Amino acid sequence: MSAIDLGMPILGGLDLVPTAEDVQKAKDFTSDQEVRWCPGCGDYAVLAAVRSFLPTLSIRRENTVFVSGIGCSSRFPYYLDTYGMHSIHGRAPAIATGLAVSRPDLSVFVVTGDGDALSIGGNHLIHALRRNVNMTILLFNNRIYGLTKGQYSPTSEIGTVTKSTPMGSLDHPFNPVSLALGAEATFVGRAMDSDRKGLTAVLEAAARHRGASLVEIYQDCPIFNDGSFDVLRRPDDSEARVIPLVAGRPITFGTDGRWCVVRRGFGLQVAVTADVAPDDVVVHDPANLELAFALSRLSDQALDHAVFGVLRQVQRPTYDDLARAQVQQAVDGGGGETDEDLLGLLHGKDTWTVRDGSVLPAAGAAGAGA
Amino acid sequence: MPTTDDRVDDRTVRPGAGPHRVVIRFAGDSGDGMQLTGDRFTAEAAAFGNDLATFPSFPAEIRAPHGTLAGVSSFQLHFADHDILTPGDRPDVLVAMNPAALKANVGDLPAGGVLIVDTDEFTPRNLTKVGYDGDPLEDDSLASYTVHRVAMTALTTAALAPLGIGKKDAERSKNMFALGLLSWMYSRPTEGTERWLREKFAKRPEIAEANVVAFRTGHAYGETTESFAGPVAVAPAVLPDGTYRQVTGNTALAYGIVAAGQRFGLPVFLGSYPITPASDILHELARLKRFGVTTFQAEDEIAGIGSAIGAAYGGALGVTTTSGPGISLKSEALGLAVMIELPLLVIDVQRGGPSTGLPTKTEQSDLLQALFGRNGEAPVPVVAPSSPADAFDAALDAVRIAVTYRTPVLVLSDGAIANGSEPWRLPRAADLARTPVIFQTEPNGPDGEFLPYARDPATLARPWTVPGTPGLEHRVGGLEKADGTGNISYEPDNHERMVRLRQAKIDGIEVPDLEVDDPAGPDGGTADVLVLGWGSTYGPIGAAVRRLRREGLTVARAHLRHLNPLPANTEAVLERYRTVVVPEMNLGQLAFLLQGRFARPVTSVTKVAGMPFGAEELQELLRPHVSPSASDLIGVRR
Repeated sequence: MSAIDLGMPILGGLDLVPTAEDVQKAKDFTSDQEVRWCPGCGDYAVLAAVRSFLPTLSIRRENTVFVSGIGCSSRFPYYLDTYGMHSIHGRAPAIATGLAVSRPDLSVFVVTGDGDALSIGGNHLIHALRRNVNMTILLFNNRIYGLTKGQYSPTSEIGTVTKSTPMGSLDHPFNPVSLALGAEATFVGRAMDSDRKGLTAVLEAAARHRGASLVEIYQDCPIFNDGSFDVLRRPDDSEARVIPLVAGRPITFGTDGRWCVVRRGFGLQVAVTADVAPDDVVVHDPANLELAFALSRLSDQALDHAVFGVLRQVQRPTYDDLARAQVQQAVDGGGGETDEDLLGLLHGKDTWTVRDGSVLPAAGAAGAGA
Repeated sequence: MPTTDDRVDDRTVRPGAGPHRVVIRFAGDSGDGMQLTGDRFTAEAAAFGNDLATFPSFPAEIRAPHGTLAGVSSFQLHFADHDILTPGDRPDVLVAMNPAALKANVGDLPAGGVLIVDTDEFTPRNLTKVGYDGDPLEDDSLASYTVHRVAMTALTTAALAPLGIGKKDAERSKNMFALGLLSWMYSRPTEGTERWLREKFAKRPEIAEANVVAFRTGHAYGETTESFAGPVAVAPAVLPDGTYRQVTGNTALAYGIVAAGQRFGLPVFLGSYPITPASDILHELARLKRFGVTTFQAEDEIAGIGSAIGAAYGGALGVTTTSGPGISLKSEALGLAVMIELPLLVIDVQRGGPSTGLPTKTEQSDLLQALFGRNGEAPVPVVAPSSPADAFDAALDAVRIAVTYRTPVLVLSDGAIANGSEPWRLPRAADLARTPVIFQTEPNGPDGEFLPYARDPATLARPWTVPGTPGLEHRVGGLEKADGTGNISYEPDNHERMVRLRQAKIDGIEVPDLEVDDPAGPDGGTADVLVLGWGSTYGPIGAAVRRLRREGLTVARAHLRHLNPLPANTEAVLERYRTVVVPEMNLGQLAFLLQGRFARPVTSVTKVAGMPFGAEELQELLRPHVSPSASDLIGVRR
């Protein structure tokens, strides 16, 4: 075993995708299929944001693919007039990996939910992230199983009472952003379904990022987990909770930056800005994995605080670029193109020939298959 | 050297003094290099022009405890001057590198057989380890064999002493001593092995030299020690005209996949998770990137097939390779491929089951899983190679079906085919003509719209349209599709129609008729009994039927390449025979299928020992069914 540096150039996420000739609009990305989510579902807001932000990428509609798993949010591809696959439960990142490796000219999106991505499909998610396959993963987190009518999910808080947990759920939930950072994802962001501006900004950055991008979208299920993120929506409640991130800027929040984020031990804590020296306020650096992880830990399950924006963004060679480079390197080396090349492979080194009942001496390596 | 069973087919025997065929088994510790030794002797036999068949057998553990019965690894090789069908039932020559190898294998050596042992390993400790009370080389327990006691370890280390290499490396070369000795006994050409050793150890010339010296020492030992009869020669076999090489089933499958990619103009994408005995297909294809092959070692079996489906959606030849446990995991994704009607090649190299079962042993027990192991009505074509060389054609045929009918196709190989080897008559350029796939790029609907689920009237295949095609944007998925548009549909009548359409598409796949080898001839009526098999039982059934015919019994045989759909004439063939006997390495899965499909009784003959049928064994199992009077005498065995 040895490591080989393939010397890959740094590209943007969409650099190999053909650009659109005409200006496209949201309606160009709207399919003729009737949208069938429950009234008030957060999916509507995300769909509207995606339809409106896709044209801003200026890539061809036919080179855009949405792959989803199973769950309410996974109906997403049907409502976009792009290419798409509504696949099987949890497997969308695996399917998207094969597609992304085979087709560098496509912009590949994965739409998934907290159950799809973190429970049945947890394995595929972490491996797509660590491999850094060029895809943008939209993880809709409503902390509940909606399509199967309301069982708790891997992001539900302990004690969640549902039909499958009448005495309360027992398992400790995942923090999806911490999980993605643990898998060393090169792009990790979070947004709120109802925050069109913030959501669009994070999605666009994610789509333009070369590599695997994970965007956690807090999203409401009005039927089975109604109001679960309301404390982050109501202005009175959200002011002291929502921590927006801007790269290169001190992390402050609330009216007039009333609160800020400072270091404590190996982690971070929230402080009153007036009480700390300006230099002690942490400056957001998306290239710093430890900082990103500490920020992810500030977002607790109780939503006392929630960090939004781009937590991490770094460049690392993508699996699909490296895989294609290896194949290209081998193809450039020759010997794999013509019929003679194939016959040469089949012949190998040791052959013998039988003619008219006699065995002729070993013919040796040959492309002469005639 | 006389062979224990010299009943060869008269049509192919060549005149000459030597034996017509020899079976050699190399057996030793799993670290002794027996597979390598066997492979190399096979290459020598192939280079000489013999027909051959091999059967490697090794433990699932990589290095089981040294010197134990559990750690014994063996390689059996059958080579002949005529066409042969199996790796041989019993060895004529057994090479036992230690007491464990002797104990595990000597039961298969017939009386009069030749036994060659490395006496240096017959220490009290090694003997005790495998439960020998005394030294079998010293008592009369081996009296019925011709025993050659050779101090292989000592002879090898003495010969290598001048080279100044370490004791361990020197001892490790003793397998080449054994190979040299056997090469002398059977007049094998030696240049190829010496060249191969120098290439293999090119980066460590001192090790290459040690192995060459050990090989020559073994060869010289045979020559100068008068205890060996020989050398003897097994003349080259006269096979049909053509150029041949030796090939294993896994290699042939890998080459078939590369050839299929080139034939249909598709880049190959293999998504696979390592599993015995299929991993060598992944290894082989990983080395063939120059043919535009991408290999992706996935995080699990599901991701293996998932990535292949994604690649197929993008316009590649998507392939996934596995064994039975992996097929279990891939079942749901296979159903998705059935629903979205994309070409996909799924290779199952069967092994002993259920569960983890016998990872390194062979079985045919995934047939019904392959046919029916999915939720819903999810028909999948199934193709089974009959031998290592046939795996190349089976792969090409499976891909033909996949791309023509836009469907996943399952190839059922097994452990015996995967690791066994035989001569392969190489295809010629004309056999590999290119017929590139044509993707749908224009609307196909009556009103200028695109209908992703419109069907070709001849094949019922839907168009293959890849992302990047302007104007044909569409969505596929696992929910039921509306006929034509492919939109989600829960309409009762539509589901009824789509289930039947998917089934009709698979049922209508064109496969060649079942050919019957009936010695009674086309005009002279038919035999009473047909032996019908599938997959790797091809060789054993052929050998057993040959033996029965030599006894004067009239028996027909046929072999199924296509398990789904079955050849159109299958029922008509079955009806011609009073008795249809189906030998399988399972508990009667094809027999069950045939009885269900055609409502007629068939006789099931089964074996699930992790080993192929032996020719003699199957002959005995078939005889009662072939010869009614005999069955009255000895009772029907199943």
